[in-house]
Amino acid sequence: MNGLVYTRYELLRALRNRRFFFFSLGFPLLFYFVIAAPNRHVTDFDGSGISLPLYYMVGLTSFGTMVAMISTGTRIAAERQVGWTRQLRITPLSTRAYFRAKLLAAYMMAGLTIVLLYGAGASLGVGLPAGNWLAMTGLILIALLPFAALGITLGHLINVDSIGPATGGGASLLAFLGGTWFPLGSHGFLYQLGQLLPSYWLVQAAHTGITGHGWPARGWIVIAVWSALLSLAAVYAFRRDTKRV
Amino acid sequence: MTGTGIRLSRLSKSFRSPEGPVHAVRAIDVSIERGEAVALLGPNGAGKSTTIDMLLGLQPPDSGDVSLFGHTPREAVHRGLVGAMLQTGSLIQYLSVRELLKMMASVYPSPLGVEAVLSQTGLEAIAARRTQKLSGGETQRVRFALALLSDPDLLVLDEPTVAMDVEARHEFWNSMRAFAARGKTVVFATHYLEEADQNADRVVLMAHGRVVADGPPTEIKARVGSRTIRATLPDADPGELAALAGVARAERRGEAVVLSCADSDQAIRALLERYPAARDIEIAGAGLEDAFLALTADPDTDTDADAPPPALAP
Ligand SMILES: Nc1ncnc2c1ncn2[C@@H]1O[C@H](COP(=O)(O)OP(=O)(O)OP(=O)(O)O)[C@@H](O)[C@H]1O
Ligand SMILES: [Mg+2]
Repeated sequence: MNGLVYTRYELLRALRNRRFFFFSLGFPLLFYFVIAAPNRHVTDFDGSGISLPLYYMVGLTSFGTMVAMISTGTRIAAERQVGWTRQLRITPLSTRAYFRAKLLAAYMMAGLTIVLLYGAGASLGVGLPAGNWLAMTGLILIALLPFAALGITLGHLINVDSIGPATGGGASLLAFLGGTWFPLGSHGFLYQLGQLLPSYWLVQAAHTGITGHGWPARGWIVIAVWSALLSLAAVYAFRRDTKRV
Repeated sequence: MTGTGIRLSRLSKSFRSPEGPVHAVRAIDVSIERGEAVALLGPNGAGKSTTIDMLLGLQPPDSGDVSLFGHTPREAVHRGLVGAMLQTGSLIQYLSVRELLKMMASVYPSPLGVEAVLSQTGLEAIAARRTQKLSGGETQRVRFALALLSDPDLLVLDEPTVAMDVEARHEFWNSMRAFAARGKTVVFATHYLEEADQNADRVVLMAHGRVVADGPPTEIKARVGSRTIRATLPDADPGELAALAGVARAERRGEAVVLSCADSDQAIRALLERYPAARDIEIAGAGLEDAFLALTADPDTDTDADAPPPALAP
């Protein structure tokens, strides 16, 4: 009960942050329309057998949701800047309740990103079987866990003046290495590296919408290991974050 | 460990800095009984905020021990026994004042009612306003309201009236005293000596990380002299003046000398007898301000070579 009221206001704060909302949700949408609208009749993108609007809808869903999760860090850095994190440390708010509120706010943004991009895709004639869409959404939500933890960790380690480049650069690098913008193929160094990254499996999760296939065991393991490691990092970063900024 | 009050035992904290270690707090011992209102007074950099950080468990001490009503700071915070207004800090955005208080009240085991706190701190009129629209003084009042929310046994305030106007300050101290009157313990840091004098039962004077005086405001005044004599006396030597009966300290200010006196009646007689040429004589009651400057600027209170030079309070 304790955590619910707190979480509710945390969500309200995220919803009321218009500018954050606009950029976090607006950019993937804008990006999508710029790329996909002029090419909406390309039915076989790059020999993949998939229409271009579908291919990019899925790609931008993985990128947009990842950015939504990591940018939790931006908001945390801003809160630290005004001393709010220290203020929270002199309340009985538990680490768990704090994380739950941050996590749900991040998932709310990610969920909206998924819905909006799907709507955008539909407006360009994209359709997915309901089963594929559900499988895709479910796997994406799971694959986002490490990114939420990464966002919280960065937010508690990095100051507000450098959090922008840190989250932006981090997200771009992870997206690139995870094969968001081009297929990594099926061999070679980038492919091997990608297989070890959560962003690769996030992209694969999004591709479930197209292929209907979920992750192999390896995907589950990579996501589980990253989630565990980054959650530990997040708890550590939060607990030690009591100094004056 | 005694169960009741607040005990700081041999508490120390140093920081690394490019100029070498900064000994922010040096083995201080302070005991505060339940229900006391204590002012932590000291110039910039005296170690007040660092002491408060350790008291609240925000920074671990290098050595020494903190006990709050028999608990560690962490336990005390967890039980909602502590409310604090830190020196630096503002509010999170995108909520109204009332919403922010409701949000934070929800994390305490037995909070005061939000409406009651709003009226106690005079915030009803701006309760619906978004936190980012508040003036500096209003923000401070909301931070005070947040500190009161849990109905804490210990209220810690680090320079709480910064950014408040005269009226707001007055009301703030009234609320604080009303709170203290309910048997609560209050510790506040301030540069406003008058505030310490008027609102504290006891003053703990800090300088260079040490406690240089600890007692009721009256006792501290007595330590350096309760009155000052000022006279135009160009040729007298301050060392000789300080040795006069009744004089605690002497200081030259241009043509004039200023004598801080433990007994001004005795001192004025001795002065005129020894220096008949003294003229433009004024005798004034010394406020806590003088006590403060005298004690904290006294180089004898600091024996470490690496200590920064004493800073004067504004
Ligand atoms: N994190 C830190 N790193 C290095 N030095 C620090 C740190 N925190 C505090 N100090 C130093 O420790 C000393 C005591 O600081 P503190 O903030 O406790 O003083 P204060 O009495 O609260 O002063 P003020 O009245 O200006 O608020 C200062 O010299 C300060 O520069
Ligand atoms: Mg301070």
